[in-house]
Amino acid sequence: MNDFASLVQLSIAVPIIAAFLTLYVEKWGRPAVQIVSVTGFALPAIFALFLWGFYDPAIAGDYAFVSKMDTGLSIIGVSLHLGLNGIGLPLFVMASVVGLAAGLFAAQSKAENLPRYLFCLLIMQGGLMGVFASIDLFFFYFFHELALIPTFIMVGIWGGRDRNYAAMKMTIYLTLGAMLSLVGLIAIYVKSGADSFDLITLKAHLAEAPLAESVQNYAFGLLLFGFGILVSLWPLHTWAPLGYGAAPSSAAMLHAGVLKKFGLYGLIQVAVPLLPDGLKQWESWIVWLALGNILIIGLITMAQRDLKQMIGYSSVMHMGYAFLGIAAMSVLGVGGVVFMMVAHGLTVALLFMLSTMIHHRTQTFEMDEMGGLSKKAPVLSAFFVCAMMASIALPGPGLANFWAELSIFIAIYQFKSWLIYAAVAGIVISAIYGLRAIANVFFGEESEEFVESQKEFAVSDMTWAERVPALILIIVMFFIGFFPKTVTESLNDSLAKEAVYAQTEQ
Amino acid sequence: MSTEYFQKIAETNVWGAIAPELALGILALALLAMEVILPKVAHGLIPRLAILGQLIILGVMLTAGSSGLGYTGEAFGGMLSFSETGQLFRAFFLGTSIFVSYLGMVSLEKKTLPQVEYFHILLVITGALMLLAQANHFVMLFVALETATVGFYILVSYFRDKAVSLEAGLKYLIMGALSSSILLFGIVLLYGAGSNMALAGGSVDPLNFGNLQKFLAANPSDMLGLLGMLLVISGIAFKIGVFPFQIWIPDVYQGAPIPTTALLAIASKGAGFAMLLNLTTVFSPLSEWLYPLLSVLAALTILFGNFAALTQRNVKRLIGLSGVSHAGFLLIGVIAAEKVDWATNAILFYLFAYLLASAAVFSVLAHLGKEDDSELTLDDLGDLAKRNGFLGLALAVGIGSLAGIPPLAGFIGKLLIFVAAFKAELYGLLGVAVIGVVVSIYYYFGIIKAAFFEVWRYQDEDEETPEEPVPGESLQLLGKLAILVAVVGTIVLGFYQSPLGSWLAG
Repeated sequence: MNDFASLVQLSIAVPIIAAFLTLYVEKWGRPAVQIVSVTGFALPAIFALFLWGFYDPAIAGDYAFVSKMDTGLSIIGVSLHLGLNGIGLPLFVMASVVGLAAGLFAAQSKAENLPRYLFCLLIMQGGLMGVFASIDLFFFYFFHELALIPTFIMVGIWGGRDRNYAAMKMTIYLTLGAMLSLVGLIAIYVKSGADSFDLITLKAHLAEAPLAESVQNYAFGLLLFGFGILVSLWPLHTWAPLGYGAAPSSAAMLHAGVLKKFGLYGLIQVAVPLLPDGLKQWESWIVWLALGNILIIGLITMAQRDLKQMIGYSSVMHMGYAFLGIAAMSVLGVGGVVFMMVAHGLTVALLFMLSTMIHHRTQTFEMDEMGGLSKKAPVLSAFFVCAMMASIALPGPGLANFWAELSIFIAIYQFKSWLIYAAVAGIVISAIYGLRAIANVFFGEESEEFVESQKEFAVSDMTWAERVPALILIIVMFFIGFFPKTVTESLNDSLAKEAVYAQTEQ
Repeated sequence: MSTEYFQKIAETNVWGAIAPELALGILALALLAMEVILPKVAHGLIPRLAILGQLIILGVMLTAGSSGLGYTGEAFGGMLSFSETGQLFRAFFLGTSIFVSYLGMVSLEKKTLPQVEYFHILLVITGALMLLAQANHFVMLFVALETATVGFYILVSYFRDKAVSLEAGLKYLIMGALSSSILLFGIVLLYGAGSNMALAGGSVDPLNFGNLQKFLAANPSDMLGLLGMLLVISGIAFKIGVFPFQIWIPDVYQGAPIPTTALLAIASKGAGFAMLLNLTTVFSPLSEWLYPLLSVLAALTILFGNFAALTQRNVKRLIGLSGVSHAGFLLIGVIAAEKVDWATNAILFYLFAYLLASAAVFSVLAHLGKEDDSELTLDDLGDLAKRNGFLGLALAVGIGSLAGIPPLAGFIGKLLIFVAAFKAELYGLLGVAVIGVVVSIYYYFGIIKAAFFEVWRYQDEDEETPEEPVPGESLQLLGKLAILVAVVGTIVLGFYQSPLGSWLAG
């Protein structure tokens, strides 16, 4: 199984090498830059899909494709330990696919100073691939930061309205979140006495000698709020809609789609298995704050008039379900969350990309000033309807989000039955804003502003250059929607190996 | 006069142990001689020769091994003590001096002042600091410190045609004299207490670190001893710029020529910590007083440095105040070193990371500074990324490392200090440190924003801004090399510490 370990390493290294090459080949013109950067995005995607095909839960132990390297921090038990398990693999694949779509979209964008833009994006991609392949907690954090820093730069330089304020707010919020979670990870490292940041070692060590309850409490608290800020847990979410509103679309795709999942992944893979008592202590906090995400943010989403802000808020809202699923602490609930992370990552990235395409045609993000776009751009409208339906998890065949939310709902019903009412209310809310957005943007009469702007330049349908990245996302989305087993089989297997999740199942 | 006689002389000769310091002294004198001997056209060579000479000394010293050039333990009647840590501090000061020499070349070229004396004094200061780090006796410590401080008085007011520089020199003179007298008063009290033969552990040479430690261990509640410790620590706190002794830092940093500011920021701070590390061992019998005191100072220093820096627009004052907060982080390391052995190495790593980052930042400032660099504000950084991409990159890497952003060396330094602090159970200080880091992001971000994010806005608003001279146009190979060393070193140490791994492990 470890034969392909180098492919995991390459998926991280290739984008970073390509990033520097992009700057180097700048002098040979735009096509060279595009070819190099797209290769940098495509190779990891190919590698990831290949690894997905070869992953066999039956033979894999805890982790497959494992490699280990000493980088010189052995004094604090750090080594570059890479590998994939059933939880990390789907997210690894999703990150590579969203990265490819974002990269394709960015490479043909009109961003000023394109090579530097692609440089930032490629560094971010390298970090993202590393996050989900890290077994070592230090590198898990390290790769997250590696992906996070370019986001700030991209928002600050290439962002839209309010970019300076948005970049600063994101930086401060996310640094706080990252610092809290770093201290939480250090707490686990020091208090466990295992003298290692290695997740496997830590798990084995803590299974025999669990941490004292008081330690678990504060360590989990640090991780919950640290990760919580990163995942935009209510009321610490305010950076998210603002940041996504201002971010250039490819950065928003990668951040909202992939990077934000770091916090949830950390909770599932690290915090809960290592600190199960801590979760029980903080359970009611998680539940109430998650309800804030679903209901309060849900209502705020309904009130949005700006398409990009609305998508930003809706992604914040969906994180509420994820927190509830984790609080349920069962294979079903957590499995649903991971599945949702994958599905949501694909759909939200697609939505951000499509909203930018809409912006190119209408010159506005204000939904009141749109309308009737479907006549001019039927293909775009079909894509958008599809993505929005998936995002609000309408029951329909082939929509992965539906399966994910369904299993989360069942899990939270088993966990605390009254929660299901709030969750269902959330579904209604998202159906309202989702369908209304579709209606406002694509159907009805063309607004006066839209008619005005059409006089200046003709509105065309999606070009092939735009269709390819959208198609990539939609195909993968439908694939896991029709064949959820491709993800859930290995996922369940890995989750069942975690004592915490497996116990509560009975 | 038999061969035995000479053999004995050779055996008792320990002058080789301070060969680097002696070589620096000779080099310093040689520079003065060269000014007389060389024809005027060749005077430009002298600074280059100074750098070359220092590089050779550093090279020889590093290849000679890591433990005091083959000498260990006490020498010169207990005046000096050679250890691995001392050796690293030597390399640290010499490295700083090389960078400062380069900065001096850049800054002094714009002036019509005598040049050679600057390098002469710089070398003398460096030699004194190297001895200071290895001092094992209060007399040695004081003499070395004063040699360096007197040199600093001259270098701070070196731009004698500038009122700000003279004002800074005067302030530094008054404050420095005050701190020296406090330190001396403390030393005298310790001498008085330790030479009391009536008490257990009293000795004829109580200023020797070993003897004093024995005395304090025997009389941990001696009032004179306690008072002496307090005054000595206060005197050192002045040098490091620890709250409430940081009062001189902003004005002096602003007024001093940039190379001197860099020397103050890096070498003076490093010297303070070299002393502090030695003295915490000496004062270890008084730890129940020492460590609470240091903890309070560390917390206040971090908070003061960061909050005072928030509203600064003057770059040199800003860097000075951020340096205050770095002193606070390093103090945490010193406190942690009581319980965690390798914390000393963590401090050294932090200092080296700080050296590289500061070198990058100050190099950029030296190139940006016009005739008068004391009024350099954030606005002067505007457009830097566009005017000179190389300097922009250097600034970004330097500031990022100072802010502790992975994958840069500064982050690893902070991480090591945090882990050490957590191991030493300094939770309160850790909390303060996290607040400090988050607050610091705001002003570091301000610098990055000024240098990068304004770029396209300027272009939009008015394209008819008069062409500003490109900073660093005259950047020569040497300059590029110096900056490149700092930048590459900062990045590489951020993720690959293997060369230092075994050393870090202690």
